[in-house]
Amino acid sequence: MSEATLSPLPASARAGVLTYLAISALVFVLMMALGLLMRIGQADWLWMPPDIFYQVMTAHGAGMVGISGLAGSAVMWYFLRRYVDLTVGILWTNLALFLLGVVLILGGIFLGGFGGAWTFLFPLPSHGMGAWGNAGAACYLLGLMSIGVGFLLLYLDVARAIIGKYGSLANGLGWPHLFGRGEGEPAPPTVVASTMVLIINTAGITAGAVVLVLILVNLFVPTFAVDALLTKNLTYFFGHVFINATIYQAVIAVYEILPTYTKRAWPSSRVFLAAWTASTIMVMSVYPHHLLMDFVMPTWALILGQVISYMSGIPILIVTAYNALTNIYRSGMRWDIVSGLLFLSIFGWGVGIIPAIIDATIAVNNVMHNTMWVPGHVHTYLIVGLVAMLFGFMYHVAGQNGTTKMIDKVAFWVYAAAGMAFSFMFLLSGYVSIPRRFAEHLPEWVEYSATSSIFAVLVVLAAAVFAVRFLTSLKSARMA
Amino acid sequence: MIQESIMLVTVVLMAVVTGVFVFIAVNAGKESVDYGPVQAKAFGIRTALFWVVIVAGVLITVITTLDLPYAATRGDVAEGAVKVQVEGRQWLWNLSQDSVAADETVLFEVTAGDVNHGLGVYGPNMRLLGQTQAMPGYVNSLQLTLREPGTYKLLCLEYCGTAHHAMMSNFEVTAHPEHAAAANTQGRDGA
Repeated sequence: MSEATLSPLPASARAGVLTYLAISALVFVLMMALGLLMRIGQADWLWMPPDIFYQVMTAHGAGMVGISGLAGSAVMWYFLRRYVDLTVGILWTNLALFLLGVVLILGGIFLGGFGGAWTFLFPLPSHGMGAWGNAGAACYLLGLMSIGVGFLLLYLDVARAIIGKYGSLANGLGWPHLFGRGEGEPAPPTVVASTMVLIINTAGITAGAVVLVLILVNLFVPTFAVDALLTKNLTYFFGHVFINATIYQAVIAVYEILPTYTKRAWPSSRVFLAAWTASTIMVMSVYPHHLLMDFVMPTWALILGQVISYMSGIPILIVTAYNALTNIYRSGMRWDIVSGLLFLSIFGWGVGIIPAIIDATIAVNNVMHNTMWVPGHVHTYLIVGLVAMLFGFMYHVAGQNGTTKMIDKVAFWVYAAAGMAFSFMFLLSGYVSIPRRFAEHLPEWVEYSATSSIFAVLVVLAAAVFAVRFLTSLKSARMA
Repeated sequence: MIQESIMLVTVVLMAVVTGVFVFIAVNAGKESVDYGPVQAKAFGIRTALFWVVIVAGVLITVITTLDLPYAATRGDVAEGAVKVQVEGRQWLWNLSQDSVAADETVLFEVTAGDVNHGLGVYGPNMRLLGQTQAMPGYVNSLQLTLREPGTYKLLCLEYCGTAHHAMMSNFEVTAHPEHAAAANTQGRDGA
């Protein structure tokens, strides 16, 4: 039941996955460049009008989250189709809706002037104060809606395929083996991870759609009253789930590729299944840790946010990362750009959640929330974790296993070192209480942004090397 | 300051994780050994690690939730606290008063008149002392005892539009009258 079918990849599916990845590679570099622009603006090396800075910030946030979702879904789709029958037409439909969404978002931001941040916290979209109007805000929100609809279709297709093959989502999560003596082999890691992702992202995107509709109606009918705390809950539930799901999809690349290097199996053990079921619940229930400074929230929900944040470290560090390290230890594994990036990605994920978990402590959040500490941990597990994972997958798809060139080696070490240093500068900035999302920094803060900008340049250059190497290797792409 | 402790714990834990990864990376390419014994030993260590993490997590949770910043919002206000009504608007803070005496407990009753804001109270050294969200339709109460005289800053910590970064107000903490009198007396005695 769990064996991969390994049916030949249809040409349209191959083209679809490669298109997802090619777009992702380009957009990652572009969005990193926007991030660099913001840092050099804060460093006073480049003067940017605040409205432009906040437009760039909105594009950087929405762009990074969106493209991480697209690239992550490509990883999941590519490997999952080895086990279940996915619909190629849905893969392309998602891409079309994604691109439509991108056009609307870019139009809303750079033509409509929308600079309400990717989190579009209600009622900010209707309060542009002359920087943007309802048209720009609506365009941006409709763009998000289009992207959400595309992903929802994709996950519904994933659900259909998994239920068709395994009988139920419970079987997809391996519950018969987790809670009883299930017959045969449990669902393989790729199916378990995909089931988890489809569950959480269906819930997350639906919540996102609800809040988008509420805000859109309020934009044009202001008498349609919407509660600020309710929309904040919905927004953070959606945002937290969606960005987390990106790495839970991408980690499938580690499960599938790393064992081919170590020659050691990575089956769905009972601990593995327990970890993924726990993560399914925790990713959906931990979001109140974004609301720890909303004192009017129920105390129990806020304490729950802290407790579940602590617990969510267990499946990541003590199961996924620990299993990866066990699998690698004295395996005789050969290092190349693929295994190197995948190893780095697990490190980035594991080390990045430490400041995140610490920040979820209410007493800590009291002095760290919305300071640079937050982008500090976010960038650690996105740059060094998720993006490294995705570039590792791209090199694998491009057939670069075992053929690491000097330029790849240089780019790898520059990316790893500069990525950590760049992220750590955010943490250091949070430590001295520099707020996040400030277009202009006070003189005593500027040196932090300046140092950070240097590391950012290196990260962008290294990522550009990865992207170019992938794009120029597309013809030799090896896809099963 | 609490920030020093946070940074220290973070750096130590990140260093431990980094050390483990470096150890594995160094040993990854060595001659392959049978996976069974490696797994058995590793999973034994993991079980112990799991219980250490659980016990540590419970202890830390209990200790850190004994004193939460939510009490004032639930009505548990310190006796004699000076109430300061704060309303955030794009892009200024409306304050019912902008100064208090040192060592007084201040109750910031925080709301917003338009969009979400975040009230961050910065000390004279520009380090964040505490914060709460300012939300339309809600009042969050932040209780702080400001001990050091000087000019404090109130910054907006929730992105609120084009001039978000400029939403700063001064909040003066003057020397406590009794302390000032005592200092004057000491000064005269010394003279």
